Amino acid sequence: MSLQVLSLIVVGMTFAIYIGIAVWARAGSTSEFYVAGKGVHPVANGMATAADWMSAASFISMAGLIAFLGYSGGAYLMGWTGGYVLMALLLAPYLRKFGKFTVPEFIGDRFYSKTARVVAVISLLAMSITYVIGQMRGVGIAFSNILQVDLTVGLISGMVIVFIYAVFGGMKGITYTQIAQYVIMIFAYTVPAIFIALQLTGNPLPQLGLGATVEDGRYLLDALDQTLVDLGFAAYTATGAGMTQMNMFLLTISLMIGTAGLPHVIVRFFTVPRIRDARKSAGWALVFIAILYTTAPAVGAMAMWNLLNTVQPGEVGAEDGNIAFDDKPDWMLRWEQTGLLTFDDKNNDGRLQYYNDRNPEFAAMAEEEFGWEGNEIVRLDRDIMVLANPEIAGLPNWVIALVAAGGIAAALSTAAGLLLAISSAISHDLLKGTFTPNISQKSELLAARISMGGAIILAGYLGLNPPGFAAEVVALAFGLAAASLFPTLMMGIFFKKMNKEGAIAGMLAGLISTLVYIFIYKGWFFFPGTNMFPDNADYWLFGINPTGFGVIGALLNFAVAYGVSKVTAPPPDHIQHLVESVRVPKAD
Amino acid sequence: MTQEERRSEYWKINLKVIGGCMFIWALVSLGFGIILAEPLNAIQIGGYKLGFWFAQQGSIYTFIALIFFYAWRMNKLDREFDVYED
Repeated sequence: MSLQVLSLIVVGMTFAIYIGIAVWARAGSTSEFYVAGKGVHPVANGMATAADWMSAASFISMAGLIAFLGYSGGAYLMGWTGGYVLMALLLAPYLRKFGKFTVPEFIGDRFYSKTARVVAVISLLAMSITYVIGQMRGVGIAFSNILQVDLTVGLISGMVIVFIYAVFGGMKGITYTQIAQYVIMIFAYTVPAIFIALQLTGNPLPQLGLGATVEDGRYLLDALDQTLVDLGFAAYTATGAGMTQMNMFLLTISLMIGTAGLPHVIVRFFTVPRIRDARKSAGWALVFIAILYTTAPAVGAMAMWNLLNTVQPGEVGAEDGNIAFDDKPDWMLRWEQTGLLTFDDKNNDGRLQYYNDRNPEFAAMAEEEFGWEGNEIVRLDRDIMVLANPEIAGLPNWVIALVAAGGIAAALSTAAGLLLAISSAISHDLLKGTFTPNISQKSELLAARISMGGAIILAGYLGLNPPGFAAEVVALAFGLAAASLFPTLMMGIFFKKMNKEGAIAGMLAGLISTLVYIFIYKGWFFFPGTNMFPDNADYWLFGINPTGFGVIGALLNFAVAYGVSKVTAPPPDHIQHLVESVRVPKAD
Repeated sequence: MTQEERRSEYWKINLKVIGGCMFIWALVSLGFGIILAEPLNAIQIGGYKLGFWFAQQGSIYTFIALIFFYAWRMNKLDREFDVYED
């Protein structure tokens, strides 16, 4: 059976599972639609949270990112997991105790202000919509690359599936589908990783294999360091190579705070039965996330090792040290067709050279001594690293098909969570909470379903016609979550005297400063050419990369909120009592 | 103790537990994984340099342990202060 047919069958089967779950888990009330009736077991909730959280970016891009960044890639690993500690300790139990449906609802009630609620809705919509575009795009790309169908066909099939289970099932349907999606995703990610770890190091656990020895008895990481240095690159484990240590520090902490402030993840902790389940559920979520996140560094390093050894099987500089163009393995040929991998025999020696030609010293030496005239892998899209992994390891076709289904599951599960956050912000916070407070439960449910349908169509349209800034938007979404929502939620719980003036001023300060700092370097509203300074370290304020600015925005938020709250009236007594009651699981 | 005092006592202990956990959280990731990564890389355990291990593996394991420790510690505290949910 051809790979394409097999892939279509595997993906089709996963879709049948999602629809089956949708039929079984129809939402009947607003509580079921928004928070799955608060009846999800913490382990099940942890698994659904993990699927919700791990997007196409985690599944497809992260290992490739790490492969090329080496040690500095740890910023993403620590940042995207460390946020769960913040969430479990600082937010989840208290927001669950508060016991409502959405994040803006908490902000509106705690700060006794519809304005605060609307500002929170704006932050939420800005980050969720930008984030969901990337997911829909991911669905389309997974379809077109792996299943060889048109991007539009793939994207629309994805939209129809999400529509069925998200619109009818709401959070209930989404939660149970996400559990299935998690299982598919993690299986698809770990199976190739285990095989590759076994092949290279003889250790089936990728987490241990990364610290084990390769065939010639050297440690994998030492051997990788050596090979990279021999080719003019920085060593894989070297500090400060991929980014400066200061920017790694800022990026890590921005991602941590941003993760803790993502409304579609926070709302997951509203779905468990009790406060103590919310605390534990964050732990389970992290366990399920960690299975993928501790495997990713091994996938990245091993993919890099495999790539280098394929290109450079012999000694660096030896006449027959490099692979001949005619001997390229099948996976290189296949990916060459997609345009994500391109070669150019610059020195016409019929052999392929991959080395760091941006290292002037090494490039000059290589030209003089080896006759190398530039790096001959002209384009090497880092997303290939995960998608081509099973082919590089020579695994059977069903594993490759499974990776396709896993990538689609990752994108769909995150998209569904974001779409729910968007639709509940519109139907619950804007309609029910602000404009038409007398709406009945039945009409609210209908409004939620219509706004969900609208959000799916909008996300699908933007996925097909991306505004050309898909990569930047995730950084932006995290920056905004870090700078606007997280500090406000935290102050709402930990500073009893924080009032509405402080909260609104703080949110706006964090939101605007982060937006402006990103726009100055990336272009106003991401329109190309409208940036005021080039986006590189020479021009960054104090050398701060815009992707790591979220933490600065968060600090501004805290500082402004504190200052303003000191010079304005304290919150009324009933709000201070509300805060006190949120702090204990059970009123005694 | 009045109810008011018990609540504020509960909250004080909670803040202390959170403070301790956050200290370890920052120490393993921002500390061992980034600021101290270079000196720690001089220590090698198996094939892993220690700073690199904290940045790409160790921090994540510690985070999991921290969350479950906090959940366990708070359950205990809830029982002591009689605010444990049934």
